Amino acid sequence: MGTVLEDRASVGQASPPGLRAPTPGRPMRRGGGTERAGDRVARTAATAAGATILVALAGVGLFLLARGLPAVRAGQGDLPEGASSFWQLAGPLAFGSIWAAALALVFAIPVAIGVALFITMYAPRRFAGPLGAIVDVLAAIPSVVYGLWGLMVFAPMTAGLYGWLATHAGWFPLFAGQPSATGRTILTAALVLAVMVLPIIAAVCREVFGQTPTLAVEAALALGATKWEMIRMAVFPFARSGIVSGAMLGLGRALGETMAIAMVLSPTPFLVTIRLLGNTNPNTIAAAIAQNFPEAYGMEINALIGLGLILFVITFVVNYLARRMVARGARQGA
Amino acid sequence: MAVIVLDRAPTLTLTTRTVRRGRRAANTAATWVIGVLFILALVPLASLAWTAFSRGLARFDTDFLTNSMRGVVGAGGGALHAVLGTGLITGATIALSVPVGIAAAIYLVEYGRGAFARTVTFLVDVMTGIPSIVAGLFAYTVFSLVLGPGARSGLAGALALSLLMIPNVVRTSEEMLRLVPDDLREAAYALGTPKYRTIGKIVLPTAMSGIVSGVMIGVARIVGETAPLLLVAGYSDAMNYNLFSERMTTLPVFIYQQWKFKGTDVAAYDDRAWTAALMLIAFVLVLNLSSRLVARVFAPKTR
Amino acid sequence: MSTAIDITSLNAYYGSFQAVADVSLTIAPRSITAFIGPSGCGKSTLLRTLNRMHEVIPGARVTGSVSVDGEDVYATGVDPVLVRQRVGMVFQRPNPFPTMSIRDNVLAGVRLQRRRLSRHDGDDVVERSLRAAGLWDEVRDRLGKPGSSLSGGQQQRLCIARAIAIEPDVLLMDEPCSALDPISTLAIEDLMAGLRASYTVVIVTHNMAQAARISDKTAFFTIDGARKPGRLVEYDDTTTVFTSPSQQATADYVAGRFG
Repeated sequence: MGTVLEDRASVGQASPPGLRAPTPGRPMRRGGGTERAGDRVARTAATAAGATILVALAGVGLFLLARGLPAVRAGQGDLPEGASSFWQLAGPLAFGSIWAAALALVFAIPVAIGVALFITMYAPRRFAGPLGAIVDVLAAIPSVVYGLWGLMVFAPMTAGLYGWLATHAGWFPLFAGQPSATGRTILTAALVLAVMVLPIIAAVCREVFGQTPTLAVEAALALGATKWEMIRMAVFPFARSGIVSGAMLGLGRALGETMAIAMVLSPTPFLVTIRLLGNTNPNTIAAAIAQNFPEAYGMEINALIGLGLILFVITFVVNYLARRMVARGARQGA
Repeated sequence: MAVIVLDRAPTLTLTTRTVRRGRRAANTAATWVIGVLFILALVPLASLAWTAFSRGLARFDTDFLTNSMRGVVGAGGGALHAVLGTGLITGATIALSVPVGIAAAIYLVEYGRGAFARTVTFLVDVMTGIPSIVAGLFAYTVFSLVLGPGARSGLAGALALSLLMIPNVVRTSEEMLRLVPDDLREAAYALGTPKYRTIGKIVLPTAMSGIVSGVMIGVARIVGETAPLLLVAGYSDAMNYNLFSERMTTLPVFIYQQWKFKGTDVAAYDDRAWTAALMLIAFVLVLNLSSRLVARVFAPKTR
Repeated sequence: MSTAIDITSLNAYYGSFQAVADVSLTIAPRSITAFIGPSGCGKSTLLRTLNRMHEVIPGARVTGSVSVDGEDVYATGVDPVLVRQRVGMVFQRPNPFPTMSIRDNVLAGVRLQRRRLSRHDGDDVVERSLRAAGLWDEVRDRLGKPGSSLSGGQQQRLCIARAIAIEPDVLLMDEPCSALDPISTLAIEDLMAGLRASYTVVIVTHNMAQAARISDKTAFFTIDGARKPGRLVEYDDTTTVFTSPSQQATADYVAGRFG
């Protein structure tokens, strides 16, 4: 390792004691290949992990396709719920998934925006973190617990309201028909879904509201704007794309949600209706898979896998659009 | 100040006042609406928490924690088999997804360049959006290919959950690794350190508290998953210590089971469901809280 | 003996942008050489080519040669990792490892290179390096505390201790005082004067007074405009560069007329 240069007197300057002379002439070349073994192992392992993700996802696509495709040609007798063709099964379920998720968004978006505004703009700053954490708790609760709550607590509470709505607002197409006595309708399911996606949308909104340029806020306030006018002038214009992408993320989550719907909703096969309060309701893809899979066999399983593939494609498109919007928003913000 | 001056100007007084009154009313209304919306969001949470507490405490006893449901009809019984199943399946999921997730994040941050890295990033995004039931179907197709249709096992459940957890781990780890200042990498390189040791000894330890915290949140998320396990791990009433064969129940599936297959003594089944729900909520919240704690306490003190 | 550095027709690029054009100069062993010049003149880039840190940045590349003790560090088969073990570096911003104590920071290089070290030898290296960096008396009682608990000037001296703990032949310093207060700057200048006895030191600095105070030789670089590469204008004894430079540009710069 070299020798200790004890004699500092020869150096003249007020040099620090105990400095060791370097060892010149150490090699700069190394035997073996151009890359160290450790580096090769690390790089290969990391790349393999990246490739695993690719393989896994390709696997999901291919396996679902291979097992789901036969169901498209299957006929009556082989399919779940006595469907006569795969599309008779898939069409109404796809409608139900999109309908329920869209309803959930209609309820969740305004509340999420309100929640985010309250936390970022109205609550005292030191409470912002804790309040945000409380809203995030909504996202942490497992969906099966939401299902249990929706079914045993929430749905019974709604039944009376639905009866009243059907009697007094039955002329409105959404509220028409015989109201459900149990409250286990698509509207109830959508409301439970809304509670579940609310924290996702609120989180994105909080982030974009928090990034409002201070300059714009101060400019608005300097013009004598009230707080609400400031929010409309300075906060919303910058946040629009963020709100939309948050809503899309929520939509993706709502489309894929299974247990809350499977437990809360009392479905009727092959039904397509926009009536919200009735005792017959359309089902969703995810819930139908969960309800039918445990007892399914043979071609029924293939049909359910085919349904899963359709759900996968729908959520993929929604999430892809959401991410593209996030990316575009980020680029504009920069 | 300017407003007061305007108020005194006789010609402007009337219009300014009414306009101001209208604007102030709108502002007050908006404040109220926003406050009410915030409260509205918390109502379900309060109702859910209250129900879970009041109904869940009914069976929160030693019997519940020491018994399975084997041979139980009506009252009694417990969720020990489900707690065991949750532990085993969650453990297996962590073992499958954490190494792959962290390694993939290292690839993206430290090695990934060009088209392949961009593809992986994109696929991680896609994977984040996979509905949990689709992950369950995938695990079913993989395992039924090997073991034949109808095969159920805890491992298949863990595979499905891994598919949901891996993108989570990749995302948080990637974020944490990117937060490690390049200064530190350069400092290590300048000391004559090979890249792999720089990653292993400097970059990973610096990011570790964030990664652990992220993994804990990921675990909190998958521990409540029900749908995929319903498909591939199935229901069971009895203890199953073996991940590789036979049905295995977890706490969320136990809740579903108690609701779905009620006997005549409905209250006994509902009570068990709520007790399990209370346990699950408590566990998830503890995980979330401790993840915040880990992130804060063990974070390296960078400037 | 310490080590001389020969730079021959060196060009450095970031992608398609050329940062340094055709620099040739010889740095004498056991001396302090200062690189000065206006912002963007490529002096830091040139410094980073000397221990192959330049190529760490994606897209960065180098042509020409840099010989350390007669061996070209850019020759095929040369391992940059081993080059950096002989040519150490201190950065502009102090960058102690935040997960490590003061003691572990000093030993980081040794440990990262996987050299075995007994507890006793470790103590020895820690004390010797911290003494050399003029930090020992300030931290001897709190070696177990995190490195980031120190002040900026102390952190920078800790980084110097860390760099010399691995016993390099050459020490490169990239504006080591630009983030520090005057007192810490003075401490580091004192310490560099001591390092000259055993090391070949190359320092990039914005501070001409600093270059004049501490260096034996000075190289002046400039650029001819935005997006143009930096080039070497003049390289001579520090006193010559500051009192009777041969180039008008140098005279203008050291007189504070631009840059």
